[in-house]
Amino acid sequence: MTTTTIDEAPFIEPSTTAKRNYINDEYGVMSWLLTRDHKRIAILYMISVTALFFVGGFFAFMMRLELLTPEGDLFTSDTYNKFFTLHGIVMIFFFLIPAIPAVLGNFILPIMLGAKDLAFPRINLLSWYIYMIGAIFGIYVIVTGGVDTGWTFYTPFSTQYSNTHVFATTMGAFITGFSSILTGLNFIVTVHRMRAPGLTWFRLPLFVWSMYATSVVMLLATPVLAITLALLMIERVLSVGIFDPALGGDPLLYQHLFWFYSHPAVYIMILPGMAVISELVAAFTRKKIFGYKFVAFSSLAIAFLGFLVWAHHMFVAGISVYSALVFSFLTMFVAVPSAIKVFNWTATMYKASVSWQTPMLYVLGFIGLFTIGGVTGLFLAALGVDVHVHDSYFVVAHFHYIMVGGTVMAYLGGIHYWWPKITGRMYPEWWARLSALLVFVGFNLTFFPQFLVGYVGMPRRYHAYAPEFQVLNVLSTAGATVLAAGYLLPMIYLAWSLKFGRRAGVNPWGAVGLEWATSSPPPKENFHETPVVTWDAYDYPAFLKAMKETQNV
Amino acid sequence: MAQSHHTTDHSDHVGHAPAHHEASLTAYFVVFFALMVFTVLTVAASRVNLGVWNTPLALAIAVTKAVMVILWFMHVIHSPRMTWIVIISSFLWLGVMFVLIFSDYLTRAFNIF
Amino acid sequence: MSDVTLHHGAEHAAEPHAHAHHHPFLQHHFEDLGQQHEASTLGMWMFLATEILFFGGFFLAYTVYRNMYPEAWAAGAHHQNWMVGTINTIVLIGSSLSMALAVYGAQTAKRKFTTLMLVLTLLLGGVFLGVKAYEYSIHIEEGLFPGSHFTYVHHADPSLTRGIELFMVFYFGMTGMHALHMVIGFGLLLYFIRRAWRGDFGEEYYSPIEIMGLYWHFVDIVWIFLFPLLYLIHGGA
Repeated sequence: MTTTTIDEAPFIEPSTTAKRNYINDEYGVMSWLLTRDHKRIAILYMISVTALFFVGGFFAFMMRLELLTPEGDLFTSDTYNKFFTLHGIVMIFFFLIPAIPAVLGNFILPIMLGAKDLAFPRINLLSWYIYMIGAIFGIYVIVTGGVDTGWTFYTPFSTQYSNTHVFATTMGAFITGFSSILTGLNFIVTVHRMRAPGLTWFRLPLFVWSMYATSVVMLLATPVLAITLALLMIERVLSVGIFDPALGGDPLLYQHLFWFYSHPAVYIMILPGMAVISELVAAFTRKKIFGYKFVAFSSLAIAFLGFLVWAHHMFVAGISVYSALVFSFLTMFVAVPSAIKVFNWTATMYKASVSWQTPMLYVLGFIGLFTIGGVTGLFLAALGVDVHVHDSYFVVAHFHYIMVGGTVMAYLGGIHYWWPKITGRMYPEWWARLSALLVFVGFNLTFFPQFLVGYVGMPRRYHAYAPEFQVLNVLSTAGATVLAAGYLLPMIYLAWSLKFGRRAGVNPWGAVGLEWATSSPPPKENFHETPVVTWDAYDYPAFLKAMKETQNV
Repeated sequence: MAQSHHTTDHSDHVGHAPAHHEASLTAYFVVFFALMVFTVLTVAASRVNLGVWNTPLALAIAVTKAVMVILWFMHVIHSPRMTWIVIISSFLWLGVMFVLIFSDYLTRAFNIF
Repeated sequence: MSDVTLHHGAEHAAEPHAHAHHHPFLQHHFEDLGQQHEASTLGMWMFLATEILFFGGFFLAYTVYRNMYPEAWAAGAHHQNWMVGTINTIVLIGSSLSMALAVYGAQTAKRKFTTLMLVLTLLLGGVFLGVKAYEYSIHIEEGLFPGSHFTYVHHADPSLTRGIELFMVFYFGMTGMHALHMVIGFGLLLYFIRRAWRGDFGEEYYSPIEIMGLYWHFVDIVWIFLFPLLYLIHGGA
């Protein structure tokens, strides 16, 4: 591509591409389906989560179409209930949770550590198969008529009243949970035991710190989801009253257990986004991240504090008011480490020579949208405000600013940033910038009106609404169309680049990190010789010097 | 498990075979005997009405037994610091779950305001 | 990085077993058996941490309802045969001892002793599950299986019946989950009995069997808590 500007400072000349790499090392479908190579498993995950992202996106789009008019004219309320349920389940369990860890983390984390693979390659492959089995349950539910409980499966509706496929859906979520447990377990052990010589904890890229924190949450929260869904399935199959008040159970216990997982799960989704953003900021500002240790420890702080706040989802559900006060208070604390990250990224950009390539555009999008999502989260954490806007579109807008404005932006930024490493090809810069712009504009157009319409009282999860809300809803649906274009575009040009993209060198961005010290795409064992790390994270001069010495050997 | 490794970077023990502390057979049998004694004790205690203290006593005995199994049968007493961290943090998280959920259940009946 | 450091062709396509000078069970992405051992034991402990939270959620729900229905819980515990429970506890702790001895045997390369101890663990586990099945059959006969088969009525105080059903949900759920873990353990034991007999383990390489031991002891610990909480909470009757 001639329109690209990526070769501003390629201080390492693109070498002739290694003849052997992980892609052409073996051929045939079975060499992929039975691979233990973390890079190939990452590709398997990338294909699966992308497919499911568009399935989830389809349901979102159908909802926006229905909400174009105040009347419930396009779908029945039952169909609409199934659409928002399936949208939530597919996006959360099958896209957001695995997306960054299982795709980018799987591919990049071992290379960043200078390891040949994750600690347990077979378990890594197993996690993909478990994910696929869960996904097949999900697809089965979609094909055979859906489920209408909402993604939260609140009892007793899900256990006693809903006549849709609750069992198969919860089974799918239950099974998929184990794939994220195995991924988290693999990452933690790999970070502890597989680091290259010289790669001390405080030389680790911030991506690794955040991914480590994510893994801790995956490991300690997901089993609680497993037991919660297991209890739900027992109740539904045996018709006993674990959570059914009519039979002596307590539906609030279900909500407690469910949110003990599902609130930390928010951090399973956003921490990897933060991981990507830290790398991207350092790469495109050509600077060390300001306050490295603060950013590193803030990830762990978020992982821990994220476990203390779950009942803010239950403020109006009938929990004790004293407990609600405590949870409201604790929720405020999560803002501190999150703000530390935002301030440090911004401080890194200050007076830097920023290069405005596509990944950096996503960084800017992320920082702005995440900040809006985070601050509105503080509104919701305040007990009084939450009572007012609970279950309104304000909440919907808030968490989409975090999940879509945060995680999906970071995922796309990361995909573009590491695309040359993963495939050995550059993506077309002009088209990528266009799509980043479309995503940003489309996103804000879709979700900002939802803050407004929610604040004035439009409740979530209804297929019809009062006519005075229509203008904002039309804006939102228009935005969804732009957003859809922004998401489809990368599918086309990234696929195009596989064949026609300019070949990427070892280090097309001139960034620091072990992944930029091996060929693109990397060889099967990642490095031809075990690397020795002599530089601190993001230490440009030291890394450059080390690379020159390697070349002269 | 080589205790000397847990604080250092793994890269400096290239070429080592796993060092291990073969817990002596005596320790295993002593622990087994103690577990038997505690089992009998907990059953005996349950046959006596201690009022509200039956459950705390049963749980205290169960915790003691579990700690013995963890320390000796599972070799944690000779394990690297990281193993201790994993075990302690998983129980810590479990504690968070119990404390915060009961912060709701136990205060629902309060009526201060 | 330049071509100088790039090896070509088959050299870096090395399979694990191509490292002739390495231990046959050293996986290719580890530097040595020490690193492999540390990684696998740490991995197992991480897995057990998830198990602690998994069973922990179950124990939490148990605690919430016991707190709500203390009399029903005590009445439910009365239906458990504490003597059978005690015998089963002793059997299971015995299997933990034989498992610990099997690990010791593997560390000291005593092939026959290790195999024998693993077989003993399997047998004691089998006795435990057999007794459990006997207990289940009695409960089902008494109409205590929750759901549509629940025909039991507490005559002394019929208002407790609903709470007793809930207790039985937890009884069957928790012991059933525990039994499921033991069945998985049986599969692992059969696999390791074969490997131990083949002589795979020795002073250098014993981590798989150590990990198996960690799993088995964890299952034992779960029972150590289940036993008093399900059998012995009748308040000293």
